[in-house]
Amino acid sequence: MISADLALALPEILLAAASMALLMFGAYGGEDARAGQITTIMAALLVALGLNAALGVADARSAFGGAFVVDGFSRFAKALILLSAGIMLILSRDYMQRRGLLRFEYPVLIGLATLGMLVMVSAGDLMTLYMGLELQSLALYVVAALRRDGARSTEAGLKYFVLGALSSGLLLYGCSLIYGYTGSTNFAAIAQVVTAEGVGLGLLFGLVFLCAGLAFKVSAAPFHMWTPDVYEGAPTPVTAFFATAPKVAAGVLFARVLYDAFGDAADQWRQIIVFVALMSMFWGSVAAIGQSNLKRLMAYSSIGHMGFALVGLAAGTEAGASALLVYLAIYVVMNVGVFAFLMTMERDGRPVLQIEDLAGLASRAPGQALALGALMFSLAGIPPLGGFFAKYFVFVAAVEAGLAPLAVAGAIASVIGAFYYLRIVKIMYVDAEGEPLDGAMPLMNGAALAVSAVLISVGWLPFLDGFGLTLAGDAAAQALLR
Amino acid sequence: MYSFILLAPLVAAVIAGFGGRAIGERGAMLLTTGTVAVACLLSWIAFFTFDHEAVRSIVIARWIESGSLSVEWGVRVDALTVVMLCVVTSVSALVHAYSMGYMADDPAKPRFFAYLSFFTFAMLALVTADNLVQMFFGWEGVGVASYLLIGFWRHKESANRAAMKAFIVNRVGDFGYLLGIFGLFYMVDSMQFDDVFAAAPMLADSTFRFLGMEVNAAETLALLLFIGAMGKSAQLFLHTWLPDAMEGPTPVSALIHAATMVTAGVFLVCRMSPLFEVAPTAQWVVTVIGASTALFAATIGLVQTDIKRVIAYSTCSQLGYMFAIAGLGVYQAAMFHLFTHAFFKALLFLGAGSVIHAMHHEQDMRHYGGLKDKIPLTFWMMMIGTLAITGVGLPLVYVLDTPIGFAGFISKDVIIESAYAAQAPAANYAYLLLLAAAAMTSFYSWRLMFMTFYGKPRGDMHAHEQAHESPSVMTVPLIVLAVGAGLAGMEFYGDFVGHHEAAFWGASIFTAESNTVLHDSHDVSKLVKLSPFLAMLGGFALAWWMYIRSPELPGQLAERHQGLYQFLLNKWWFDELYAFIFIRPAMWVGRFLWKKGDGATIDGAINGLAMGAVPWVTRLAGRAQSGFLYHYAFAMLLGISALVTWYAVTGG
Repeated sequence: MISADLALALPEILLAAASMALLMFGAYGGEDARAGQITTIMAALLVALGLNAALGVADARSAFGGAFVVDGFSRFAKALILLSAGIMLILSRDYMQRRGLLRFEYPVLIGLATLGMLVMVSAGDLMTLYMGLELQSLALYVVAALRRDGARSTEAGLKYFVLGALSSGLLLYGCSLIYGYTGSTNFAAIAQVVTAEGVGLGLLFGLVFLCAGLAFKVSAAPFHMWTPDVYEGAPTPVTAFFATAPKVAAGVLFARVLYDAFGDAADQWRQIIVFVALMSMFWGSVAAIGQSNLKRLMAYSSIGHMGFALVGLAAGTEAGASALLVYLAIYVVMNVGVFAFLMTMERDGRPVLQIEDLAGLASRAPGQALALGALMFSLAGIPPLGGFFAKYFVFVAAVEAGLAPLAVAGAIASVIGAFYYLRIVKIMYVDAEGEPLDGAMPLMNGAALAVSAVLISVGWLPFLDGFGLTLAGDAAAQALLR
Repeated sequence: MYSFILLAPLVAAVIAGFGGRAIGERGAMLLTTGTVAVACLLSWIAFFTFDHEAVRSIVIARWIESGSLSVEWGVRVDALTVVMLCVVTSVSALVHAYSMGYMADDPAKPRFFAYLSFFTFAMLALVTADNLVQMFFGWEGVGVASYLLIGFWRHKESANRAAMKAFIVNRVGDFGYLLGIFGLFYMVDSMQFDDVFAAAPMLADSTFRFLGMEVNAAETLALLLFIGAMGKSAQLFLHTWLPDAMEGPTPVSALIHAATMVTAGVFLVCRMSPLFEVAPTAQWVVTVIGASTALFAATIGLVQTDIKRVIAYSTCSQLGYMFAIAGLGVYQAAMFHLFTHAFFKALLFLGAGSVIHAMHHEQDMRHYGGLKDKIPLTFWMMMIGTLAITGVGLPLVYVLDTPIGFAGFISKDVIIESAYAAQAPAANYAYLLLLAAAAMTSFYSWRLMFMTFYGKPRGDMHAHEQAHESPSVMTVPLIVLAVGAGLAGMEFYGDFVGHHEAAFWGASIFTAESNTVLHDSHDVSKLVKLSPFLAMLGGFALAWWMYIRSPELPGQLAERHQGLYQFLLNKWWFDELYAFIFIRPAMWVGRFLWKKGDGATIDGAINGLAMGAVPWVTRLAGRAQSGFLYHYAFAMLLGISALVTWYAVTGG
């Protein structure tokens, strides 16, 4: 029995073992001199596991007494998390190396954070949920403060840690309330109680605290305040990592808890999600307008985008879950492209990240400007790019679930948000050229930028059919609601 | 073959329009002209070989499948279609050729020829349609082509205005046409002509609610379709665009605004003959509008001084003839006049174009005079056109059952005789008005000839000295059309309206059992048969008196009857009236909605939000993002207490 359980969790076990082995490999053999090798090995492992998850069979099974679930939904999320984490790790190698930041702990921590995310999306129990979440968070706190001698980086790490601890406290409080009112930490058991007895006020309070903790992890307003500071303070590759895999993991975990454990109480928890989604969409869109730092801008962008993704979750339907997954996938692709570019922005060897630094990019590097422009249009949600379809699907799911006003509000927010994305395009193409950027574009970054721009630009073509993304999302959502 | 006739001009238009640069000006001109010429040849082959008995439908492609609505791209082969095919492709081919000379100095020749060919395609789609939707496609297609060609010289403000006017006035008619289509689909549940025709007797007995009234289906639908025809064919009340359309290049006027597009309305009425035959009130309206337009346009033509406008009003007037007689149930005569009119009116326009070409784009007849010897070939061709339109022939003489005379003489006499023979309520009205219009037609046509070619040269002497005959690429089409204007009437009299008419038209035109007007028209008294000829002589004599014998007379007359003269010169003040009733209020409403509605209200609200509220919130957000940890923690706790409070208050 236990061997079957272990077999099911084999990818996670493999990743855990590999992380520790690599840690030893680094610690007892030259330390940072081996950092490059370790990074490459870890990235390769992540990508391999990601492909394994993507191509594996998607039959639903659970292990460890239902605490660990592997189904189509978790496979979809795992593939997305592992691939994006692997790609980000590869992209960051050059940047970190040139700035002397490539410590051997870095890839190991990324690996452990990813491991935490894998556990999160497979959670079938509040215990597993918390374990995964904390593993991820602890690794990320450290990574955020990777530049130990930089005031901003340490500040970012510390802020993230303190607020993360607060959110963990809220989450744990919620968990304990839920346990207290249902008598179980297992999702299936909780669901039975919810179905049988409904959701009382106490259980609802527990749910509110739980959701607050999770909203912190997806950086949804009003639990988002850490995001801009951490994004700005952390080294750019770390920010890039923050903006992708953890968002997917937290978003998916959100759906997992609400659908699996509270599927019959959708009418109750929907109000939380609607509130959080509305706040995020508008706050993300409006507050970003005032930003001049690209990383802060992307922070607000991610707040806004999480709001849109949560609109799908608010629908509480299968279509909503599918739209959430599709949204997260498209969002990750876009962010990989944008951050692949941001990592290369430098002048005289120092990273620069003001929006004005992009002025004149169109004449200096028309290809890069075109790709970045396409990504910005897509982030703004302008048809027929991928970002439009991402929003379209969540809005449709919301309307079908009777949340038309939320969808309308979302459309308005996206119009407001379009302002700052389009401003970047305007600066690249229209504004007078300032001091040129002189950073080289490493092959990997260029490829990531180009591929993501092409993917979101042509994915809508009828014969490509979004590369089967919507079908995969539907199948995954079906698994969730089985 | 039919597919080629229909689609080849489109292919040529696309190649010339989009690949004009690749194949060069000359290539574009030769390609389009050649293609239409081949289509013309095939049309005439079709004309002499098609099966008169059976109506054939050739399906080219499926277009719309939606519920019970099924529409196909097709060609309906019957006499009406084939006659129109010949008219359209012949005139189009000649105009294409003529344009090679007329537009020689224009820098945008490929565009011009692409438009011409596109027009030809749309017109062919219209006449070959076997359902109302395809017909509407062609109907709008020719509208677009007309718009593009009227405004072809886009640097001319007046041309742009005229193009818009044509398009907008036609929208009024098209609205009626569309309502007619919708109504027919509502009642018949099909757009195919065969189904609609079969249902016509049923429609005559049924009613539906329209504008709050219970109305007869056949009458209402026929009237709605006729409103569409009025717009396209520039009939009274919707005629104002046609004279202005003369802003386009002259070959365009000849092709679109004389020979083909403007006759689409007449074609529509003839095509829908089964419907009109069971709608006597609608027929009455068609007759009254047609006859009134014939006279009304002729009166304006009397005093115009722009050579093209005279011919434009003449066109308007001749179309009135066709409608008047179609309304009286003699569709054959309407089609016959449409057919002959295409030749002599295209001839007159192209002749006028040749004069204009010779006179360096001077269009005012007051600056012509004495051009007979400068451009003799053009003069003689114009003479044949004038003889044809005024109706010169030998009255009462029949050889082999065919009257002898120019094309217009034969077709117009059939119309006037039929109008006399008809028993419908409006028949007498139509007869008298058409007869008066015939006299006026003769007057203004001869006036045009006398002012242009006779007398002493007036105006810019320099232009007169340099006047020269047009190149042969322009004169040859004139000669071909002149042959048609001279002989088409006699050649086709028997088939169109004579003894073979029933065999010729076959099932394409439906006439009720009781409708024997055409047959009766052969038996009217000799005086009636003579009457149009006498009217023509009267008009000729008056014109000769006023413009050859004593040329000072018109000036004095105008002086003495200022009111009447101004009334006619200003086209019965229709444009001013419309400007007052429709245009100015519409402009006012538009400006109000633009400035107050859109500018102040919508833009104001959006700008207020975008430039006032959003930046305010942005600043607020910036302040909230203070960097202090406890502020952030406070925000989280605020959020959670808001949620908890919400649930505590609403009780979940």
